[in-house]
Amino acid sequence: MDQIASNIGLLIDYPVVNLKIIIDGVMIGALFALAAYGLALVWGVMNVKNLAQGDFVIGGGYVSWWLVKNVGLHPLLGVPAAFVVMALLGGALHGTPVHQWARSQKKPMIIVSLVTGFVFIVATYLGDSAGSIAGYAGMVLTILLIINGGIYNLVISRVIERDLFTSLLATFGLAIMGAQIMNLLFGSDTQSLDLGYDTLYFADGLIDIPIAKLIGVIMAAALATVVIIFMKRSRMGQAIRATAQDARAARVLGIDTEKVYAFTFSLNAAICGAAGAIIVMVWVIQPFYGITYSVRAFVIVTAAGLGNLPGVIAAGLGIGAAEQYGSHVFGIGYQQAIAVMLLLAVLVFRLMQQKRNRQVLQ
Amino acid sequence: MKLTSITLAVGAMMASTAIASAADCETITLGSAISLTGKYATNGVHAKNGYEFAIKKIDEAGGIKFGGKCYNFNVIYYDDESKGDRGATLAERLISQDKVQYMLGPYSSGLTKAIAPVTEKYGIPMVEAEGASRSLFNKGYKYLFAVLSTSEQYLASAVTLAGEKAVEGGKTAGDVKVAIAVENDPFSLDIRAGVMEDAAKLGMKIVIDEKLPRDLSDMTAILTKVKLVKPDLLVVSGHSKGAATAVRQIGEQKISTPMIALTHCEAADVTGNFGAAANDILCATQWSETLSYSDPIFGTAAEYEVQFKAAYPEYASKKVPYQTAQASAAVYVFKDAFERAASLDKEKVRDAIAATDMKTFYGGIKFSEAGNNIAKPMVLRQIQDGAYNVVAPSAFASHKVNWPRKTN
Amino acid sequence: MSVQKTGLYAALLIFIVASPFVFPTFGVQLGTLWLMIIVAMTWDMTGGQMGYNSLGNIFFYGTGMYVAALISIALVYDVGEYTGASGGGRYDFTDAQYFTGFVLGTIGAGIFCALSAFVIGYVTFGLRGPYFAIGTLGVAIAAGELVSNWDWVGGGQGITLPVYPGDLDEGKIFIYFAYAITGVLLFIFLNWLYKTRFGAAINAIRDDEEKAEAMGVHTMRYKLVTWAMSAFFIGVAGGISAFQLISFEPLESAYQTINLGIFMVVCVLLGGKGTLWGPIIGAILFQIFKEVTWNYFLGWQWVALGALIVVTVVYFQDGLMGWLRTTRPEWFGLTVDERDDDAPQTAAAAGEGAK
Repeated sequence: MDQIASNIGLLIDYPVVNLKIIIDGVMIGALFALAAYGLALVWGVMNVKNLAQGDFVIGGGYVSWWLVKNVGLHPLLGVPAAFVVMALLGGALHGTPVHQWARSQKKPMIIVSLVTGFVFIVATYLGDSAGSIAGYAGMVLTILLIINGGIYNLVISRVIERDLFTSLLATFGLAIMGAQIMNLLFGSDTQSLDLGYDTLYFADGLIDIPIAKLIGVIMAAALATVVIIFMKRSRMGQAIRATAQDARAARVLGIDTEKVYAFTFSLNAAICGAAGAIIVMVWVIQPFYGITYSVRAFVIVTAAGLGNLPGVIAAGLGIGAAEQYGSHVFGIGYQQAIAVMLLLAVLVFRLMQQKRNRQVLQ
Repeated sequence: MKLTSITLAVGAMMASTAIASAADCETITLGSAISLTGKYATNGVHAKNGYEFAIKKIDEAGGIKFGGKCYNFNVIYYDDESKGDRGATLAERLISQDKVQYMLGPYSSGLTKAIAPVTEKYGIPMVEAEGASRSLFNKGYKYLFAVLSTSEQYLASAVTLAGEKAVEGGKTAGDVKVAIAVENDPFSLDIRAGVMEDAAKLGMKIVIDEKLPRDLSDMTAILTKVKLVKPDLLVVSGHSKGAATAVRQIGEQKISTPMIALTHCEAADVTGNFGAAANDILCATQWSETLSYSDPIFGTAAEYEVQFKAAYPEYASKKVPYQTAQASAAVYVFKDAFERAASLDKEKVRDAIAATDMKTFYGGIKFSEAGNNIAKPMVLRQIQDGAYNVVAPSAFASHKVNWPRKTN
Repeated sequence: MSVQKTGLYAALLIFIVASPFVFPTFGVQLGTLWLMIIVAMTWDMTGGQMGYNSLGNIFFYGTGMYVAALISIALVYDVGEYTGASGGGRYDFTDAQYFTGFVLGTIGAGIFCALSAFVIGYVTFGLRGPYFAIGTLGVAIAAGELVSNWDWVGGGQGITLPVYPGDLDEGKIFIYFAYAITGVLLFIFLNWLYKTRFGAAINAIRDDEEKAEAMGVHTMRYKLVTWAMSAFFIGVAGGISAFQLISFEPLESAYQTINLGIFMVVCVLLGGKGTLWGPIIGAILFQIFKEVTWNYFLGWQWVALGALIVVTVVYFQDGLMGWLRTTRPEWFGLTVDERDDDAPQTAAAAGEGAK
């Protein structure tokens, strides 16, 4: 209690701190908003509630981290790289000529990837340099097999039409697998990339904005803008929106909804991946951190509602700020609890709204 | 993994019997459930290497000699997957199926907590090297002995140091303001309890007392507070991720606290990852190769490091972790106890362990009634231009502490 | 009851009583198996029979653990002092104190959980479909986080309970029978409940809640009572689990949302939702799968487990019982017409199937 009182006292004594908290909150909130935006997309278009959202984020982070550490890529280029790799994993090639070719070569593909995968595991296990080269080959081919359908084809396409609980559980299984595979591939230590950029200071050093963070937020904003314009202007964007409104009508009008679904899902994975690549530059990642981002994404989407893109972004920023305020006042230990309590509050609020609507109807 | 550990165990067994027949020594079998997979795997392997290295050194020095005969150690290992319930099951398997009479500890306080009730029940003496939580030593266990210092001592010298600096600066220790941010898990909370107690003794004020969540990736909220209340000492403990996040954001936010103390700096490799941001940060460690301890088997601490690196080339480019050194020390305690007990009877061995009072390369070892080692202090190292230098306690210090911290 | 069925149940009962003595080395695993069976059956009460898929039943497990531990401590010592004593102080329990604590603690845990199910249910049962799942999951996560910040109950340190006072093997058998008795009572209770009007009412809620309401079923009341009954048994199981684990902490052992919290759902789906024997068979299959992967796929066991969840949910959602029902309808007899015989027939058939 004393602690809470003195924490509130600090806010009053140093008003500029409020600004600092909001800035910090908006910065982390921008990344929550990206993950939530992707979730709103798959939820709205395909009615899939993706609990593996956070693991896509962390996956993107590791893609970027691995490329920077092993290939020497510049961390900023890790963002587009993670975008592409996660899109492929998600199933971006589903239905394209590459996919069709891979499909016609199924047997040799499986054999090759099994053999190289085995070599890769043994080599990694023994940890010698010759093996690591074989490991690269194994990895590449394994990914090729994954391209042959991707996560979309293997799992998601089979839960779209199913009842509401199925997609929650199926993606939860994916989340467990994803986290553990990352743990096995990259180890359980926390990782981050240091850009080595300076920090900007304002107001007597009370407000600090690391340039890396600033770049991260700008990239997030740019990505969001591009996606929004794409959804509005492009052919595919229109098809996605049409499918979201009425999948059957869209099919009747000649839209290949299967392709739309695959595209939407891989777009979501790609957005998450890019968010993860930004996170690894600015904060830290660890294989089991995914759930944090999944929870935030669900809070935001539930609060903002589907199909309300500006709402999703606003809610993302707001939740970031609310969490920072909460952890300032109650202590950082309550951060996760605050996010979840917000979710419950939103649900209860919605419920009461519904009840009122029902009464009005009566 | 399991297969390899079995092959390793079999291999070790064969090797030891081969040597034994050559040197006409008999075998004393120890048992250990240790984390070879799971979240503690890295440190579990460090500990296992420490055990194996010590067994080899003791063997080379002529084995354990009493009653006109000589003996060598052999350890049966199982993989506990870093899980408590698994560890307890395996301890039982070691005792009831493999008929092990003496145990070496697992890695981490949590695992030790899970195994101790089992060994206690069967009256099996266990010398452990990796469980530091004080909650292990208030249960009245009679068969549990720990060679390492308990976790509340990790940062005790940092608190003392902060008090001394305040006095030097013309203030009193009571003027010192302390900020604490520890992870919400048994080990780190124990560290917090220790810092709180020491600070209370010196009359210091705790101005910030926060618990870090387990999925911590951002502690700006705490650091903003630190900027406002300006403490004289900031303590952060949250395993590797706590150290990494803290060092990174302390650098970014230009925190000007004159003294900052962490745990797990080496594990998080803060010097390698964050360079200059880590400068002048204090780090707690159980053991440092620069200390002047020595014993007849391993030589000095520095010699231990050199020999260990020769035996395990994969450590060549890094520091030999203190987890390895203390594991070796635990085996050494068994050797000493067997020789003094001059018997294989587990009760006599237990009494001999309880009466241990020896000097080793790892430091003095003497157990309290509760089973923890009271003869060895923790040391505090400071990162000075990328190197870890011992700065406290003053009896062991090789360098002077840089105070206040330079902020770049 | 036919002779055949009586014989089957008697054989099962003998097997249950004898197994800890026949397989003494598996004492701990057998206890855990019962835990899985109990939580799977209780999850099926709301998830399978009533159509409300909760992801937050683990809340009652964790709360049960804490309530049982706190009651057994509070009977003898001051709780704040006990949990705060990380640094010093010793607390011993006499035999009598241990057993009174155990009995009162586990039963108290059940009652407390049932009451809290009323409170939580009152709010969350307004939510439908995935929102109910997300909402209950939220409750469980929030509870874990709050408890881990609550120093009076030990915070992130958790609680360490006294060890069983007698011989260690005897302790394992004691825990096994505590679980087994709870499990058998739960089975008898559900076997009776699903055949009553009450069972029909909650099935009606699952099939169409609006229609059920229109038929005059007080849906909210039924939903709350069902959840409270299921919470009671999970709470008791959690309480026993606290005494089995001895030392537990909030996030990884008590409110373990992503372990046991999901495992129980997978068990039910594996065995077959909405059947009496499905959850039991599912729990046994799941436990075997888990033990095998944990032993032979070390390191990859979680990947295998995730794959199992995905495969079960995506390709095999009707579970073993559902699959049997479609491939071997004759085992289920005249299930369509003789509603009354449905459950027992299913039971007997599953027994045969399991062999």
